[in-house]
Amino acid sequence: MSLWVLRGLREGVVTTRWPKRPDSYAGSWQGPATVHEPHPAQTAGLGGLCPAGAISVSAGEGERRAVRLDQGRCILCGRCVTERPDVFAWSRGATGPSAAALTRGALVVPDVAETDENIEAARAALRKRTAALRRSLHVRHVDAGSDGADEWEVSALTGPIYDLHRTGLFFTASPRHADVLLVTGAGAKGMAGPLLHTYEAMPDPKVVVAAGTDAISGGLLGESEVTAGGVSGIVPVDVWLPGSPPTPFGILNALLMAVGKLASGGKPGGAADANGAASPAGAGTAQGGTPGGLR
Amino acid sequence: MTADVMETGAAALWDTLEARVAAGERFAGLFATARQEEDTLVLSAHVAREGGIGTLEAMLAPGAGSYPALTPRLGAAFWYEREIHDHFGVVPQGHPRLAPLVLHGSPEDHALPRHVAGYGMFTIPHGPVRSGVTESIEYLVETPGEAIPHLNMRVFYKHRGIERRFEGMTVADGVLLAERTEGIASVAHALAYCHAAEQIAGCVPPRAAGLVRVLHAELERIANHLDVAGKLANAGGLAVAEARFALHKERVLRLVSGLCGSRFGRGVVVPGGVSALPRQRPAEILSALGRLEKAITADADALMDTASFLDRLRGTGRLDPGRARDHGALGPIGKASAFSDDGRFTRPYDAYPSLGLPAGRAHDSGDALARLDVRWDEVAQSFLLLRQAVAELAELADAGGPQAALRAACGPPGGAGGAEGVSGRAVGWAEAPQGEVLYDVTLEDGRITRCRPRSASFHNLVLMHEVFAGDILTDFPFIEASFGLSVAGVSL
Repeated sequence: MSLWVLRGLREGVVTTRWPKRPDSYAGSWQGPATVHEPHPAQTAGLGGLCPAGAISVSAGEGERRAVRLDQGRCILCGRCVTERPDVFAWSRGATGPSAAALTRGALVVPDVAETDENIEAARAALRKRTAALRRSLHVRHVDAGSDGADEWEVSALTGPIYDLHRTGLFFTASPRHADVLLVTGAGAKGMAGPLLHTYEAMPDPKVVVAAGTDAISGGLLGESEVTAGGVSGIVPVDVWLPGSPPTPFGILNALLMAVGKLASGGKPGGAADANGAASPAGAGTAQGGTPGGLR
Repeated sequence: MTADVMETGAAALWDTLEARVAAGERFAGLFATARQEEDTLVLSAHVAREGGIGTLEAMLAPGAGSYPALTPRLGAAFWYEREIHDHFGVVPQGHPRLAPLVLHGSPEDHALPRHVAGYGMFTIPHGPVRSGVTESIEYLVETPGEAIPHLNMRVFYKHRGIERRFEGMTVADGVLLAERTEGIASVAHALAYCHAAEQIAGCVPPRAAGLVRVLHAELERIANHLDVAGKLANAGGLAVAEARFALHKERVLRLVSGLCGSRFGRGVVVPGGVSALPRQRPAEILSALGRLEKAITADADALMDTASFLDRLRGTGRLDPGRARDHGALGPIGKASAFSDDGRFTRPYDAYPSLGLPAGRAHDSGDALARLDVRWDEVAQSFLLLRQAVAELAELADAGGPQAALRAACGPPGGAGGAEGVSGRAVGWAEAPQGEVLYDVTLEDGRITRCRPRSASFHNLVLMHEVFAGDILTDFPFIEASFGLSVAGVSL
């Protein structure tokens, strides 16, 4: 056993300092697609461009004819960014207050589908509900029809690089001990019962995080006779995190948001401001950028 | 339809299939397709042989509500026939246990089944929400306290309707769904799907594309095997070893995201080739690979030198070689039980035919230890393949840049280059970290009318019924981890 202890020590500290310090891997993360030109001259074919149906073009003329993208449906395939770089770009950064949303509508970019008041109201309600949650908090994960990759990303949080425990969060086996319900998957109807039972078994106050585009909208699967098109029809969702799958940084960020440990509106990581509506220049670096950090 | 053999009736199909298997071909899957206009089903069986995958078919009589089951003649069909029954309600007569497999049945189907009677026997229902971060599956462990005379698995909880979703998709959209069918083997699924589509369209990916495909497929294999090693270390209580393998795995995933933007290699493989070259220069990739291999090998050697850990794996979850051969066990599970049919050797695709791939060591002990040994052999092979592929990519770049030739035109002459307007049917395959993945794809005018993915996880998981002889409850996590399968690939 002593051998393993030495093996572990030899490499030194590999754990990220985020959210205390910026992390270059989180900051450079290629997130869901976003719209940088909502009023392009040419809108023909835009609505049918997205295989997951995330893109819509509002009716009207001139300025009123706007392109919107629902990041809650974006599966990060990048087709829109490749086909129409004049309209779409990748968003940047896996962390910060805008990497996950407190209302479903806030995932529709550019910011038209949700009012600031609604988002602020959701934030205030969540803050009030989670005011009693302090120090060590426990997370129960449930897979409600994922593709399996989401579980890899969630379990990466317990590894040495993300080390969830340093933020005061722990995974728990029993829903009775859980404060946060972290749900992945498209809302398979076979999991509706077990998911609801888990939610009901958790003591109040409790918070639900829908992790991944599948959990938000069903993603490519959408709503069908065997999937509910996301988990929000089964349990009430508080934090919506897009991604296919979401990255470990994104999940950590969403968990901290859920329990009010992420300074809202502030700059918890270096990536916060890099995550806004990306500019065409940002799209340029998107193609060539290589995440740094770990070797 | 372009099946190799079209029989009349199920019995004749099973005769042909049995003769093929007796002649050395491997049963690789069975599924059904509804024929609405004829009010009947077509049964399609796949057989793998050197160089290709054959399809044998038979149409049932119109309105037939049943057919003679294959399972009593060929045990490997056990889950396949249950799946057909779930989807179509047609009864395979003589099937030993027609419980729901992939579809959530009625509540009375959910009573705890009891297979073993005896004093003090009870059933531990474990799942679908289990401790830790796991995919949803329910294990029903029948036990008198320690031994596990019978295990039952319920995989239907997370059924997502993937096959149905494929129908009507364009060829280009289909690969996105294939990548999300079994997320931890995204690249292998995309490859198998694209191989089928490319066969239909009659196009051959350019050399550079074949190399990029190998690059991502082998990185995916390394990440998966590291995941298994980490889970085994966790089961054995080796916290530091678990952390070390988690660290290596994270570095592999970060290398993949540095190459393509996705940590799972999604968006790389497209019908006809690949979408882009790696975003890092070959020299950078080679040096990253060198660092990874050195660190992984050192920790793997240390793990295989930790006696307390090996004691838990040796003899645990033993799959008899005869049983592995009869079932046609895939991937590392088959290789550990002296049955190896690695698609990269026997039905090579993309750049594999020209890359040197040394055979791994032979194993026949069939236990969890052998399965881990096989995985380390495969990791070493993967690094060898990766270095060759990256070196050749570098040569191509020096010789004038392969950027132009990353994607072959896959459509009718004069088309836009995509597979629009193409019709036909083909079976594609790829060797995932879990074993062979098959895609039986039918296109009509560039749209998918039927797509049947068959993951190695589906074919192999049923073998977990058979490996608990002499093992006890505390061996369970070792056995589950040593299988290294994904539930998403089982209940599509």
